[in-house]
Amino acid sequence: MLEQLSWKVGGQQGEGVESTGETFAVALNRQGYYVYSFRHFSSRIKGGHSNDKVRVSLKQYRASADHTDVLLAFDQESIDLNVGEVKPGGIVIADEKFNPTAPDHVRLFVVPITKIAEECGSAIMKNMVSLGASACVLGLPVDIFSEVIEERFSRKGQKIVDQNMEAARRGFEYMKELGGADPAFALKPADGKRRLFMMGNDALGLGALAAGARIMPAYPITPASDVMEYLIRKFPQVGGVVVQTEDEIAAMTMAIGAAYGGARALTCTSGPGLSLMMEAIGLSGMTETPVVIIDTQRGGPSTGLPTKQEQSDYLAALFGTHGEIPKIVLTPATPEECFTVMGRAFNYAEKYQCPVIVMTDLQLSLSKQTTEMLSLDDVKIDRGNLMTEEAIGAEDPKAEFKRYQLTEDGISPRVLPGTKGGLHHVTGVEHAENGRPNETAPNRAAMMNKRLRKLAGVELPGSVEKTGDDNADIAIIGVGSNIGAIAEAMEKLRADGLKVAHIQLHALLPFPTQSLTAAISDAKKVLVVENNATGQVRHLMSYFGVEHSDVSGLNKYDGRPFLPSEIYKHVKGMF
Amino acid sequence: MATVKDFRNDIRPNWCPGCGDFSVQASIQRALASMGKEPHEVAIISGIGCSGRISGYVNSYGFHGVHGRALPTAQGVKLANRDLTVIAAGGDGDGFGIGLNHFMHAVRRNIDITYITMDNQIYGLTKGQHSPTSAHGFKAKTTPAGNIENALVPTQIALAAGIGFLAQGFSSDVNQLVSLIEQGINYKGFALINVFSPCVTYNKINTYDFFRENVKNLDKVEGYDPTDRANAMKTIIETNGFCTGLIYRDDSRVPYQNQIPGYREEPIVKLDLNLDESVFEAALKEFA
Ligand SMILES: Cc1ncc(C[n+]2csc(CCOP(=O)(O)OP(=O)(O)O)c2C)c(N)n1
Ligand code: SF4
Repeated sequence: MLEQLSWKVGGQQGEGVESTGETFAVALNRQGYYVYSFRHFSSRIKGGHSNDKVRVSLKQYRASADHTDVLLAFDQESIDLNVGEVKPGGIVIADEKFNPTAPDHVRLFVVPITKIAEECGSAIMKNMVSLGASACVLGLPVDIFSEVIEERFSRKGQKIVDQNMEAARRGFEYMKELGGADPAFALKPADGKRRLFMMGNDALGLGALAAGARIMPAYPITPASDVMEYLIRKFPQVGGVVVQTEDEIAAMTMAIGAAYGGARALTCTSGPGLSLMMEAIGLSGMTETPVVIIDTQRGGPSTGLPTKQEQSDYLAALFGTHGEIPKIVLTPATPEECFTVMGRAFNYAEKYQCPVIVMTDLQLSLSKQTTEMLSLDDVKIDRGNLMTEEAIGAEDPKAEFKRYQLTEDGISPRVLPGTKGGLHHVTGVEHAENGRPNETAPNRAAMMNKRLRKLAGVELPGSVEKTGDDNADIAIIGVGSNIGAIAEAMEKLRADGLKVAHIQLHALLPFPTQSLTAAISDAKKVLVVENNATGQVRHLMSYFGVEHSDVSGLNKYDGRPFLPSEIYKHVKGMF
Repeated sequence: MATVKDFRNDIRPNWCPGCGDFSVQASIQRALASMGKEPHEVAIISGIGCSGRISGYVNSYGFHGVHGRALPTAQGVKLANRDLTVIAAGGDGDGFGIGLNHFMHAVRRNIDITYITMDNQIYGLTKGQHSPTSAHGFKAKTTPAGNIENALVPTQIALAAGIGFLAQGFSSDVNQLVSLIEQGINYKGFALINVFSPCVTYNKINTYDFFRENVKNLDKVEGYDPTDRANAMKTIIETNGFCTGLIYRDDSRVPYQNQIPGYREEPIVKLDLNLDESVFEAALKEFA
C-alpha cells in the first residue's frame, strides 16, 4: 500500500479539469490525507491544454511530485503531453470517446466516460465518472465524494445530486471490472483528521480580514485577483470595502489615502501592477503612511508569463521607488504563514509607519494545499504610536501637532484626521517636524536620518528559519513556495548520507544579515534556490554583507515550479 | 464656532503676487467657516503643482501627495472616515493631464468629495509648459510654434462622464466661488468646481482680462436651469467651456458610500478591528 500518490487530470481548459481536480482534492483532504495541488493553465479562458496535478500523502509535502502515478485524460493531447512523467507501470484512465492510445510503459484503461455520464443524465458528469474510476484505483470507497457532491449540487435539487453520485459509482464499477483496483496503487488509510484546504491567496484574504484590514482598493491581475474577490465577499460582514480602481496607481494612492484616514488598508497586485505603484510606495515611505501591498509574483518582465511561476520581483520590491525610504518586505512560504503574515504586516506598517510588501509567488498563491487549522489567537492587532484626542490633550487647539517629531528611534506620534488638537500637514515634499515643507540642508539630513533610523539595525523575528543538520555539507536557501521542493530534496539527500540544512527566508527587508550569516556559517557549501534567471536573492546576500566562501545558485525561470528531484540531482552533482 | 481666521495659518504661500490661487484659498476658508465646519473636521488632499500647495495654506488636515493622484487619495480618505469633509484640489495639469483617468472614474464612482481645480491653462510649477487645457495655437515653452493639440474642456468631459454636480468659478469673483464651494461640499456625491485661476507669470494670454471678457456668467442668465443636462451640455459647447456658475446639478443620484454592501453609518476608523470569532469560524468552514 502507498503512503503517497500523484494523480493528474488533463484536458482542454474550460471542460471541467479544474472542478475535477478540486473535487478529488477536497474529498481526499477530508479523509485526512495531505493534499497538494498545482494547476497548469494558460491565459485564455476556453481551450488550450490545462491540467491539475494532485499529490496525496500521509505526511505533508508542499510540492508536486516528480512523477505521476495515475493520469486521467479527457483528450489525446493530455496523454501526449503528460505521459512522459507517468511512472513505468503507471495508470492512464482515458475516455473511450477519442480512441486513446498510450505508450507501452503505462497501463491504459479505456473507460466510456462520456457515454456513462450521458446515460446518467448529462455529459457534464464525466468528471464524476472519472473520479469514481480514480477512487477504484486508489482503493478508496466511492462515497468519499458524496459529501462534496451533496454540497456542490444540493442547490440544484436532489435529482442532480443522485445523478452525479450514480455517475461516480458507475465509473468506479466499470474500472473495477476492467481490473483497475490494483493493490499496488491503493493508498494507506489516513488519520481522518479535519484540516483546511486552501491556497495562499485564500489565506492572505482571511489573514487581512482577521488583521483588521477594512479597505482594499485593487486592480485585477493574475494571480492576485482572488484576494480582492475574497474580500469583496467578506467585507460586508465587517463594514469594509473593496474598490476596483481604474489602475494600480489609483489602487496604491487610494490605499494611502485610506491609511492616512485611519483605516487598515491594503492592495494586492502582481509584477506589472507593482511597477505602476512604485512612485506611490515612495509617498507612503516619505509621508510615513502605513500601507500593506501584496505582490503575488508571476513570470516577468512586461506581461511575461502571466500564468506561470516566477520569483523575479524581489529586487524591484526592495529597491523600487526613487529616493530612499524605509520599507519592509515579508516572504511567507505556506498558507498558514500567509494567514499570520497579514497580522504582522499591518502591525509592522503601523509600528514603523512605512510600506510593507508581502511577497508570494504564483505557486504559493494558487496551489491549493492541506493547511493546518488556523486560529485567531495568532493575530494580534497593535496600532503602534497612534494618538487619541485625550492623549494629545492640546491646550492650544491651534497649536500644530508634531507629526514628524524627531525621536530617538525615529518613530513619531501619529494622529488621524478628524482628531481635535492633532492638526498637521502631510506632504511628500521634504518637511519639518510639523509636516510643513522644509528644504534646508540640516532639516533634510535630520528627517532622512529619522526615517531610516526606524528600521536601522532591526531584524524582524522569524526572518530566518533553519531545519536539518548543523555542520551541514550543504545549506540550501529558499524563499516562498520553494520551501516544499527543498524540504523534500533535503529528506532524500539526508537519506543518502549527506548532511543538509534548509534555510528558509521569511523576510528580505530589513535583510536578516546577522541571522542568515549565523545560520550558514557552519555549512561547507551554500546553494540558493530561486525561480529567476539572475539569482536575485543570492545578490541580495552579497549586497547586504552575508559572508560565505562557497555560495552558488540553482535557478529556474521556465515558468514551472521546482520539482524536488531537480534540486536533489543538482546537489548530488555538487559532491 | 470656527471663523475664517481659524482656517488661516501663518504660512506665507509661495505663489507669485497676483496668482489666481490666492482667491481660491480665501474662498475655501470662507466657505468652510460659513458652513460651520471646524478645522479638524476637514481634510484637503492636493496634487502637485503651484496649486497643489493649497492644502498647506488652509488650517485643516492636509495631505499633499504625488502629481495627478489627489483624487484616488481623497477617495481613500473619505472611505476611511465618512464624517470628514474631504476636498481634493490641484491644477489643470494635475487633474486633466496626468490625472485625467482618475477624474473620469471619480465622476463615475461618485464618492462624496469636492474637487476644486485651479485651471490656468498652463503648467505653472514646472515654469510654463502648455497644459491639456491650453488652446490650439497657444504658445508656451513646449509649443514655441503654437500648440498643435486641441484643448480639452473639463466641464464637457465631466458632464459626458455623468457628473452630478458641476460648477465653474473665476478667481476674480470670490463671492460666487464661495457659494459654489459651499454648494459643492453640501452636495451628496462627487462635485467638481473648476476655477479659472490665472497664472500671472507664465500665461500672458489667459489673463484676468481675458476671462472677464470671455466668460459667460450663468448666474446672470435668466431662466438658466442647472437641472437640465442637455441644456448644460449645449451651454458648455456654445461657450466653449467659458461659462461660470452652477452648470449642472442632479440630486437624484445615490452616492457611492450609500451603496456599499454592509457599509456602516459609523466611519471605518471608529469600528472595532477585532474579527468576531463567529465570523472567523464561518469563514474557516469554507475551506474545511
Ligand atoms: C510624476 C511626475 N511627473 C512630473 C512632475 C513635474 N510636475 C510637477 S507639477 C507639474 C505640472 C503642474 O501643472 P498644473 O497641474 O497645471 O499646476 P500649476 O502648477 O499650474 O498650478 C509637473 C509636470 C511630477 N512632480 N511628477
Ligand atoms: S507660476 Fe503661475 S500658477 Fe504658479 S504661483 Fe506663479 S502665478 Fe501662480
